[in-house]
Amino acid sequence: MSILVNKDTKVIVQGFTGKEGTFHAEQCLAYGTNIVGGVTPNKGGQEHLGKPVFNTVKDAVDTTGATVSMIFVPPAFVADAVMEAADAGIDLAVIITEGAPVRDMMFAKQYATKHNMKTIGPNCPGIITADECKIGIMPGMIFKKGNVGLISKSGTLTYEGANQVVKEGFGITTAVGIGGDPIIGLSYKQLLPMFEADPETEAIVMIGEIGGDLEIQAAKLIKEQITKPVVAFIAGQTAPKGKRMGHAGAIISGSAGTAAEKMAALEAAGVKVVVSPAEIGKAVAEVLANK
Amino acid sequence: MNIHEYQAKQIFAKYGVPTPKGKIANSVEEAVEAAKELGGPVWVVKAQIHAGGRGLGGGVKLAKSLDEVKELADEILGMTLVTHQTGPEGKLVQKVYIEDGADIQDELYLSVVLDRAAEMPIIMASTEGGMDIETVAEKTPEKIIKVQVDPSIGFQGFHGRELVFGLGITDKVQQKNMINFAKKLYTLYMENDAEMIEINPLIRTGEGEFIALDGKMGFDDSALGRHPDIEAMRDLSEEDPDEREAAQYGLSYIALDGEIGCMVNGAGLAMGTMDTINYMGGTPANFLDVGGSANAETVAKGFEIILKNPNVKAIFVNIFGGIVRCDRIANGILEATKLVDVHVPVIVRLDGTNAPEAAEILKNANISNVIAAEDLADGAAKAVAAAKGEL
Repeated sequence: MSILVNKDTKVIVQGFTGKEGTFHAEQCLAYGTNIVGGVTPNKGGQEHLGKPVFNTVKDAVDTTGATVSMIFVPPAFVADAVMEAADAGIDLAVIITEGAPVRDMMFAKQYATKHNMKTIGPNCPGIITADECKIGIMPGMIFKKGNVGLISKSGTLTYEGANQVVKEGFGITTAVGIGGDPIIGLSYKQLLPMFEADPETEAIVMIGEIGGDLEIQAAKLIKEQITKPVVAFIAGQTAPKGKRMGHAGAIISGSAGTAAEKMAALEAAGVKVVVSPAEIGKAVAEVLANK
Repeated sequence: MNIHEYQAKQIFAKYGVPTPKGKIANSVEEAVEAAKELGGPVWVVKAQIHAGGRGLGGGVKLAKSLDEVKELADEILGMTLVTHQTGPEGKLVQKVYIEDGADIQDELYLSVVLDRAAEMPIIMASTEGGMDIETVAEKTPEKIIKVQVDPSIGFQGFHGRELVFGLGITDKVQQKNMINFAKKLYTLYMENDAEMIEINPLIRTGEGEFIALDGKMGFDDSALGRHPDIEAMRDLSEEDPDEREAAQYGLSYIALDGEIGCMVNGAGLAMGTMDTINYMGGTPANFLDVGGSANAETVAKGFEIILKNPNVKAIFVNIFGGIVRCDRIANGILEATKLVDVHVPVIVRLDGTNAPEAAEILKNANISNVIAAEDLADGAAKAVAAAKGEL
């Protein structure tokens, strides 16, 4: 089992024939992802990486029955691509592109929600169900199959966390990189209950960072609904106030959004909070041993 | 990207948001000329730097004669202004804004920012203008009125009514003035891809008009491409030269005050590396994200920028190689050490794809100050020891 995606998930790629789209679609295919085609306007009817290219998402969905789209279009066109996917009846859009304007995402996410389309990202590494389906840019071989679910705002911390879990002798069910922008799609609040409901997931790692209050919302939800053990790390304990730490959303505004307040809220909710990402693996081993 | 007060007021004026008349001056002569054109009889001389708290720091002063304008402009131009937002080093004042004096009856507060939880803009208003809004929020949160505006419907009458009744404005003309003011501000926030607009204080004059006495604006960097007019307002002298240089090479760099230089791929891992150094008893000298494709050139540039900081006693290179293989990164690091004179110990932790091959490459290179680390914890521990001269 897993959450959101598995080996049967039919995936299309928006921005299929571009440099990034091509490179990563190829890697995903090699991993075993069931990519059934892609979309690049004016290239409909062609074949790319052995898969059909369509002019519109609607054409692609009608022909292939795809339910998930991986989006690689340039930042200025992200909102358009997301709304096109929603309009065509896609269930989940995974938005890899970095640098989409916040205002665009405000409108795009509202439209997606209206059409019952879930989104992941933007500015994220994507989602992977170990040994089954990789929709994104993460190095697949790190994610050995196992019993730990992972949710992270950061790409490389997703890899770091998964790698440590594997080194401790465990593995990953599904890992979701939710992205570090101010407005993102699925976050802890929606994903934690999915892992709670997934019979194979026995523990959950959540990796957050400074800025916003998604981790605080998560703490509240964990206290009320999550019975599986959760290990958390919040990046940016040593980050200065008012500075944007790489991610557009990673900024302490005034005195809000600090790592300390998030760590305290999670600890109060019974989460095992580690102060260094180097401790994630050991903490997972510990909570699983205590189960 | 942030802009100056005078630039924010130019945008306000374009949208019909009332501001006092004013002119920007780069020299004392220009300041006096500007004051003459404005006519007086009272002027305010305002230092233009990208930081709040200018008044308290002595950067905003009232002049009652042209001689006083001259005197004050001379005093403020070229001064290093220290406020609670500049840090102890302060900021050099290179421009002053000469503005008409205003008839202040009382001071309010108005801002538009993104409410990240609601995923829409929020207008915040308060009768406690002129004070730090964080302090107001902490001590008297009931005095802050918050109105979320759903962008799919835009600013409606009811948003305006919530604001004016919340602020206790009972005069109908004043209600209309305030609603128009807020509506225009919301419009310019959306149309210009602003990240935040803050007017503190927004004044009410003796005649019941509302005027933006101050103006602070920040913009979404990701949207600047479609706003060349705003991009043109960028003041490079307000930005940290090292951060700017790094950005030109696709590196994200922020200087801190510790001793261990950090070079990491990915923003989250970069912060996590700083946190780990801190946890192990060391102090990070910087945040540096080299991005997804760390190669010899970017790594060399990273070394160069990190080593400009004289406090750096060791460098911790922490790369989790994914799509980019570790063996290639290892070669890049070795090449970079030839391009840049790295005179401090460099601890290198490469994990992920082809990590064993990378370790072999570093070992065989046999460079005395390049020390391989096994994992994040080992690397951080070695970097802390190296900075203390114990490695």
